[in-house]
Amino acid sequence: MGAPDLSLLRRMRRLVERWGAHPDGRKQPAAGTAIAALPLPPLLTLPLSQHIGAPARPVVGAGARVLAGQLLAEAAGPVSAPVHAPTSGIIRGIGDVAVPHPSGLTGPAILLECDGLDEAVQWAGTDPFALAPAEIARRVAAAGIVGLGGATFPAAVKLSLGQSTPISTLILNGGECEPYLSCDDRLMQERAPEVIDGARIILRAIGGRRALIGVESNKPQAIAALREAAAGFDEVTVVTVPSRYPMGSEKQLIAWLTGCEVPAQGRPADIGVVVHNVGTAAAIHRAIRFGEPLTRRIVTVAGGAIRTPRNLEVRLGTPAAALVDFCGGLTETPARLVMGGPMMGIAVATLELPIVKGSGGVLALTAAEAGAGRRVEGPCIRCAACAQACPMGLMPLEMAARIRAGDLAASLDLGLKDCIGCGTCSFVCPSKIPLVQYFNHAKGELAARERNKLKQEAIRELVEARAQRMAREAREKAEAAARRKAERERAKTLGGAQASAQPTREDATA
Amino acid sequence: MNIVSAPHIHGARPVGQVMGLVMLALLPATLAGFWRFGWPAVYLWLVTVLACVFAEALCVRVAERPAKPVLADGSAVLTGWLLALSLPPWAPWWLGATGGAFAIIVCKHAFGGLGQNLFNPAMAARVMLLISFPVEMTQWLTPLPIGSAGAPDALAALSITFGTIPDGMTSASLLDQTRTAVSRALPIGGELDPLALSLGERAGSLGETGALLLAAGGLFLILMRVIGLSIPAAFLLGLMVPAAIAHFLAPERFLAPLAHLLTGGVMLGAFFIATDYVTSPSTPLGRWIFGLGCGLLSWIIRTWGAYPEGVAFAVLLMNAATPLIDHYTRPRIFGRTRSGNTLTTAAPKGT
Repeated sequence: MGAPDLSLLRRMRRLVERWGAHPDGRKQPAAGTAIAALPLPPLLTLPLSQHIGAPARPVVGAGARVLAGQLLAEAAGPVSAPVHAPTSGIIRGIGDVAVPHPSGLTGPAILLECDGLDEAVQWAGTDPFALAPAEIARRVAAAGIVGLGGATFPAAVKLSLGQSTPISTLILNGGECEPYLSCDDRLMQERAPEVIDGARIILRAIGGRRALIGVESNKPQAIAALREAAAGFDEVTVVTVPSRYPMGSEKQLIAWLTGCEVPAQGRPADIGVVVHNVGTAAAIHRAIRFGEPLTRRIVTVAGGAIRTPRNLEVRLGTPAAALVDFCGGLTETPARLVMGGPMMGIAVATLELPIVKGSGGVLALTAAEAGAGRRVEGPCIRCAACAQACPMGLMPLEMAARIRAGDLAASLDLGLKDCIGCGTCSFVCPSKIPLVQYFNHAKGELAARERNKLKQEAIRELVEARAQRMAREAREKAEAAARRKAERERAKTLGGAQASAQPTREDATA
Repeated sequence: MNIVSAPHIHGARPVGQVMGLVMLALLPATLAGFWRFGWPAVYLWLVTVLACVFAEALCVRVAERPAKPVLADGSAVLTGWLLALSLPPWAPWWLGATGGAFAIIVCKHAFGGLGQNLFNPAMAARVMLLISFPVEMTQWLTPLPIGSAGAPDALAALSITFGTIPDGMTSASLLDQTRTAVSRALPIGGELDPLALSLGERAGSLGETGALLLAAGGLFLILMRVIGLSIPAAFLLGLMVPAAIAHFLAPERFLAPLAHLLTGGVMLGAFFIATDYVTSPSTPLGRWIFGLGCGLLSWIIRTWGAYPEGVAFAVLLMNAATPLIDHYTRPRIFGRTRSGNTLTTAAPKGT
C-alpha cells in the first residue's frame, strides 16, 4: 500500500499522549483479599430503575411467594431491563424508597422479605455456541443484565448491534481505573475462565472476529489469570494498558487498544467496536451457560473509615449498611459516603440504600481522604493542569470561565458536549474548582433550554393553528352569511321573475 | 453531611504549596544574592515582599473579603520576591515599596486579582520602575560579599537602603557595557568569563546574577512538575539560536550566546517569570510559541533596543499575546478534526 498506515500513526501518538491523572492506588487492602459472600439480609429492596431507560414494570403483587431467579418486574422499553428475585421469600409490597441516585430522591422499589431458604427456580442453561446470535441477545435481555461497570446500559442492546452494524472487535473493559475499587480485579483473578467464556459468547452474539481485554498494569495477577484462561482461544487477547485515570473510560480504552477514535458524539459501533465490562461478561456467561439471571454482584467496600476493606459478593437489594457491618463497621465517622468509585460515584447521605446493579463500591471516606478541610474553591490560577489532564483534549479552565460568565454558547464552542464527565479536571485542580460540576450544570441547563425551546415551538405552533382555525371559521361564517344573503336575494328575484323562467348563471353552476 | 458532586477525592497540590515550591527553588539564588551584595540586599528584599503583602491585604480588605485565605496562597510574597530579585541590590527602600505596591494594586487587583491579570505583576512593576526611575534602576554594584573589606555591616546597611548609596560603589553591568560599545560603534568588551558569570561574580540585579543557581532551581521545579519544560526550553532556544547565528556572522558586533544566557534576567525570566501560570498560555503548542517569542524578543531588545536588558519587556509583550496564542492553539478535541468537525468513521484494522 502506498498510503501511510494512519492507524499505525495513531498508535504511535499514544507514546506522547499525556492525558489523565494518577490517583494513587488506594485499592489495597481490599484488592488483596478474596471475594466473600455476604449472608442474606432479612429484607431486600429492589428498585425498579437499576438501569438506564424506563423503570421495570412489576409483574408480582404483595403477598406473593417468589423463588430466587423469578421475574419480579419486566422490561418496559427498548433500553429497560427486568428485575429478578435474588432469593426466595414473600413480596412485602411495592413502594417508594430512598434509592442511590444523586438527586437523593426516592424511587419505586419491590420489597422482598427473605425466607432464608434460598430456593431457586429451575434454570435452563445451554451451550452458547449452539444458539443463534439473536437468541443469545434475547436471553441476556431476559436475564436483566446491564453494564456492571457503572453505566448500567442494558447489555443485550449492545449484543444485538451485530445484527444491524458490522462489528469486528469486542473490547472487554478490565481497566478499573477508579481508585479504591477492586471488584473487577478480584473477579478477573478468581473467575478468569468465566470472563473469557463470556467474551467468547459475546463475540458469537455480535459476530466479531477478535476480543481484546484491556487491563491496567497495576493488576498483574488479574492479567496472568486471564492470560492463562485465554490460552487456546486465539480470538481473545489480554492487553496491558497503563494505569491512568480514566483509562477505563470507553473512548479512551478503545483509542488505546485499537488506535481509533470514536467520532464526537458517536458510538463505538460506528468504528466497529463494542465494549463490555469484564463483570458484565461474567454475568453473560452465567446467564447463557446456566440460565442464571442477574441477581448479585461484587462490591468493593473500602475507604479509610472501614475497619476491614474487602470485596463482597452481594445479592442486589441488600442495604449498604449490611456490607459495612460485615466489614467490621466504621472506625470513625466518615466525612463522605460514596456509592460507586470516588471519581464518578455519587455521594450519599445514608448507608440505608440498596445495592443495585451498577453499585461497584461502597466507600466511607475520612476527612483526610475527601480533602474536606481544604475544599474551599479558590480562584483559577490558569495552571492548565486540567487541560493537560483532560482525556478529551478540552480546555476545562476556559469552559468554566465561560460558564461562570453565563456564556453557555461559548462553552459549547469549546466542546462542552464532548466532556465525558470523568472528573479528572476537578481531581487535578490546585484551586479545588469543581469543574465537572460546572460542566454537568451547564449541560443540564442547555438540555433544559433545548426542552424549553421545543416547548415554546410547540406552543407557537398551537397558537398559530388556533389563529388559522379562527380565521378559517370566521371566513366560513362570512361566506355562509354571504351565501344565505345571496340565496335570499335570489329567492326575491326569482319570486319577481317567475314567469320569465330564465335560468340564471348561478343555477347553472349550482 | 452535604451532598456534593464527584470526584470525592483530590490529588492536586494546593495553590499555596505550589507557590511554596517556587519560593524554595528561588532560595539558593536569593541567598547567594544576599551573600554577594550584603545587608542592603536583604533589607530591599524584605521591604519589597512586605510592600506586596500589605498591598494585597489592603486590596482584599477594600473588596470586603477575608484577607487571611488570600494571603495564605503565597502569591503576593512570590510577586514581591521575584520583583526584589530583579532590582539593583542596593536600591533605596522606596523603589522596592513603590514597585511592590504597583505590582499588586495596579498589575494584579485592578485586573481582578489572582488569576485575572494579563501581565506578570513583577515584570510590569520592574518595567514601570525602569521607565520612571531610570537612574536608581541602573545603579549596578560590583559584588561586595558580606564580611569582605568595605562591605557594610547590618547597621550601616540600613543607611544605604533607607538613605543614600555611597558614591563610587556602582559600576556598569556587562549588558550596559555592550550597549554602550555598540552604540558608539566600538567592538564589544571581551571580559567574558563564563564561570564567573554563571556563579554571579558580576554586577547585576539582586537575584539575577547567580545564573547557575537559578537554573538549578528551575530544573527542580521541572522535576517536581510545578512547571513544564516547554516554556523554559523555548525561551532559551529563542534567545540562543539567533544570538549564535548573529555572533557567528559578526562576532565583534554581537554578544556570544553564552554571554546572553548567563547575564541579565534570562534564567530568572525563563524559569520563573515566563512560566507564570496566569500570564502564559495554557496549551502545549502555545507554550512553545510563547517561550520562543520571549527569547527572540529578549535578544532583539538587547541587541537593538534602547534598554540594555530586554527580558522584562519581552515577557510583557508576550503576555499581551497570550490570549491570542491560547485561542489559536487549542488542542484537537478527541473524536474531532482540528477544525472541530466530527471524525469520519474508520474501522480499526484487524489483528
